[in-house]
Amino acid sequence: MNLPTLESINLLAVLPVLIVFGWTLVLLVIDLFIPSGRKYWTAWLGILGLLGAAVALAVRFIDARGAAVTAFDGMLTVDGFSLFLQAIFILTAVIGILLALDFLPRHKIERGEYYILLLFTTGGMMIMSMAADLIVVFLALELLSIPLYILTGFARPRADSEEAAMKYFLLGAFASGFLVFGIALTYGGTGTTSLVGVFNQLAEGEPSRDLALVGMALILVGFGFKVAAVPFHMWTPDVYQGAPTPVTAFMSVGAKAGGFAALMRILIVAMPAVGEAWGMLVAILAMLTMILGNVVAIAQRNIKRMLAYSSIAHAGYILVAVSAAQRPEDAPLAVSAAIFYLLTYAFTNLGAFGVVLAVEREDGSGNLLEDFAGLGRSKPVLAAIMTLFMLSLTGMPVSAGLVGKFFVFQAAINASVGNPWILAAAIVGIVTSVISAFYYIRIILIMYMQEGEPQVVLKPALTVALALTALATLILGIIPAPVFQLAKDALLTLVG
Amino acid sequence: MFTELQEANFLVPTSYYVILSAVLFTIGVAGVLIRRNAILIFMSIELMLNAANLAFVAFARAFQDLSGQVFVFFVMTVAASEVAVGLALIVAIFRSRKSIDIDELHSMEG
Repeated sequence: MNLPTLESINLLAVLPVLIVFGWTLVLLVIDLFIPSGRKYWTAWLGILGLLGAAVALAVRFIDARGAAVTAFDGMLTVDGFSLFLQAIFILTAVIGILLALDFLPRHKIERGEYYILLLFTTGGMMIMSMAADLIVVFLALELLSIPLYILTGFARPRADSEEAAMKYFLLGAFASGFLVFGIALTYGGTGTTSLVGVFNQLAEGEPSRDLALVGMALILVGFGFKVAAVPFHMWTPDVYQGAPTPVTAFMSVGAKAGGFAALMRILIVAMPAVGEAWGMLVAILAMLTMILGNVVAIAQRNIKRMLAYSSIAHAGYILVAVSAAQRPEDAPLAVSAAIFYLLTYAFTNLGAFGVVLAVEREDGSGNLLEDFAGLGRSKPVLAAIMTLFMLSLTGMPVSAGLVGKFFVFQAAINASVGNPWILAAAIVGIVTSVISAFYYIRIILIMYMQEGEPQVVLKPALTVALALTALATLILGIIPAPVFQLAKDALLTLVG
Repeated sequence: MFTELQEANFLVPTSYYVILSAVLFTIGVAGVLIRRNAILIFMSIELMLNAANLAFVAFARAFQDLSGQVFVFFVMTVAASEVAVGLALIVAIFRSRKSIDIDELHSMEG
């Protein structure tokens, strides 16, 4: 075993995540000296740190020219895939902070820890996208999850927030149990925890490959919980409804993207040798997820709950892309479709929750569908933006959602030659997209057709967040090619 | 992965440990699904994690490889931090409801 050297640790390659963690630790101290009532300073300082990380990320991207390197002796892989996802995480965190800026004081839960926990979670997600060893995957997943449990209960002692935190915590820890046991069996089957090692052992057709297969299934269960795939979705509606709305917005995008980042790296990079097995499982999960998410969303009267089922459904679409990546030759296109979908979903969903935030009242009510009645007359711009987000979530033209769905289904149909499971998943995806139009367009109808007096509070930070997300949704919908090219170049690679 | 020579040196074969860990894991899963008290659910989750730890240590011994043992330390550390957050949540819930029965947590329906 070689001793680590400065070169093998390669701190420069992971500079963005180092900036996030280092700055957050500094911020933890600074926050002590910021008087309560002025905690927005912490928020702006947090955004400053994220911008620093974004600059480091951009420099890294230009320096790397698509080449992949490892850091920390092969524990982390910095490739195009991880850079793209880190960009999504930083964007999500910035918008997540902007969404919370006015919300927290308005609901009298303004504490500096909020922003610090959010930054720690972001760091966990960033590591998740780079993890090249199952130990790191586990650590990153916990680093992502534990602050989120606390954030979910941030509106304590509000009953539904506490309840949501409890459910999220118990089911999250339950899922980690599956993940750890799955990793243990994978280790037992291959004798290594590094993804490169797992790849090599499986490619050689190890005698204890069955053990690794069971391990793979358990890992899939663990991540199924994290990304809210049916049948591991039970926590999602309650947690999304009970958590403070900015947390829901952040978690519905960040935690999902983080889960998919590690899931894709484990399955596609380390386990292509058993691709047929996991490809089928993922395709079945995808079908169940899309059907249940979209059908149950129709029956919801609370918009946060409806968006929770919608986010379950969207996990299904991404799973279609993951399942389409089961053969190495189809993987690049499918992975780029998945990460592009994650990007479009990030902007659209954050924006939709931003509108929900604006309509929500101080006592936590105002989340019912009827509360949006009359928005089209009293706040035409806000209603127009919400319409855009709803159309994008459905996958209607001139919105990012359509492009994202198009690439996913294109990748799935490309990969479906000789594989009926992927084809079935793609067909179910297209049919359920049509079903989803029902509940998304219902919101638009309520906003424009029904009479009502919504109480809207729009402060500058929220306005900026909404403008950003709406603009991005629109631009990605009209000229997706440059960004999709970036996603195409963002290769998942095996280095070590 | 297991060479016969290595296996012959062990008094207890690795498979025994793996079977035991699978049994413990199953007990843990059943506990989470059956128990209704938040703390007992939490203990069942710990049992699942420790079942995995046992499997790790057994495999690490069989392979004569340290990384499995290192993983156990990480799992224990993470479990400790989960306990810190989890118990805090349970205390918070108990303060406001005087109960930690998860069947009574149903303010949200739909």
